[in-house]
Amino acid sequence: MKNLFKLIYRYHVVFLFVLLETLSISMVVTYNNYQRATFFDSGNFLSGTLFEKFSAFSQVFEFKQVNLKMAEENAILRTAFQEMLLKSNRSTYRSADSIYLPRIAKDSSQKVVYRFTTARVINNSVNQQHNFITLNKGWRDGIKPDMGVIANGQVVGLVTNVSENFSTVISLLNSKWKISAKIKRNDYFGSLSWDGKDYRRVQLNEMPYHVPVQNGDTVVTTGYSSSFPEGLTIGTISDFSIGTGSNFYKIEVMLAADFKNLVIVGLVENKQLNEIKQLESLNKYGN
Amino acid sequence: MGISTLKYLLIFVVSVLLQVLIFNNVLILRVIAPFVYILFIVLLPFDTPRSLLLFLSLALGITIDMFTNTPGVHASASLLIGFLRPGILELITSRETLESVTTPRVNNMGFHWFVTYVTFLVIVHHLFLFFIEAFTFQGFLITLLRVVLSSVLSIALILLSQFLIFRN
Repeated sequence: MKNLFKLIYRYHVVFLFVLLETLSISMVVTYNNYQRATFFDSGNFLSGTLFEKFSAFSQVFEFKQVNLKMAEENAILRTAFQEMLLKSNRSTYRSADSIYLPRIAKDSSQKVVYRFTTARVINNSVNQQHNFITLNKGWRDGIKPDMGVIANGQVVGLVTNVSENFSTVISLLNSKWKISAKIKRNDYFGSLSWDGKDYRRVQLNEMPYHVPVQNGDTVVTTGYSSSFPEGLTIGTISDFSIGTGSNFYKIEVMLAADFKNLVIVGLVENKQLNEIKQLESLNKYGN
Repeated sequence: MGISTLKYLLIFVVSVLLQVLIFNNVLILRVIAPFVYILFIVLLPFDTPRSLLLFLSLALGITIDMFTNTPGVHASASLLIGFLRPGILELITSRETLESVTTPRVNNMGFHWFVTYVTFLVIVHHLFLFFIEAFTFQGFLITLLRVVLSSVLSIALILLSQFLIFRN
């Protein structure tokens, strides 16, 4: 017994190291989904406040550019809105002598399902395998988990954790997040994820061989994930090849959003998300 | 004791701030990402007790993890070099030097020694960090490339810090 204590004392540093290292690595391993403990969350009070103060200082020079971009986006939206108004006028005209159109128009498709708001990026990274973004708004400002995050109408990420004044967003550049996406031209869909290699490219998987794929095809959201409306731009296909020993294409998608330069982002809330989730959970037997 | 504890607390804070506010936003040529926060571990005195070294490394890693949403990743990498540092020191330094000199700095240990020392620590740290971060040996070569190139930049930055701040 005495010898055992001697041994432990002699190698106490080694034992201590093995113990602490095991704890640390088990933290890495158990951290499989992105719903994390609040301590390890850049939206906590300490890091949130620090990031907010520092970014206010460092983003001063970027705001001029942001203003220009937003003015541009406004102009695009205004045009789209005018076009929509024109179209809807036309369809009401036509609906006068159609049986089907009025019914569709009165249906849920006319309801406002998505609510939009904005926030400022106070921390962001592209140089890790699991990148997150911190925003300067929290539940006090109506931010909720599972809200979609976009920049100039292009997909950026998904809100994961929300504190009082801050929220964290899992970036599309995080190999633990997948989103369903489709090719705009032909509506074939697959799952989009990041392989952690290049911050400008993500991979579109599960696209079978018979699908006609072309370089330059636009990849958009499907709307299946419920956090994003259908048809938001993700990027364009920059390269594709036939994977060895698999039935699917390897498709590289050049991201439309500039992840290195995010200052103001938009947030999308699907007002029917809870209803959809509840309904979908009925299909999961056992849990 | 009081003054030197305060000094190392300051180095800790500065190392963390430099990393999370500046160097976490650096990505060069799509693969190079420097991790300079281990500067704190590099600069601790020679006679830091080994178990204290472990706890300080853990605290450093956990603080960085908190800012990057990566529980355990930086903690485990920092712990590893905290554990290996005494061994590395014995390997590259004579016993007399370790007893007569108190702190690992360029001006009292020489440039050549300091480069060797920092290179050892940075490479072990980055090798472990990038692989545990990727958590796969898939794409082994690209991860290795990231390790090598990022290490070069981290080493350069740590050396530079010595000439900029810790001159005296």
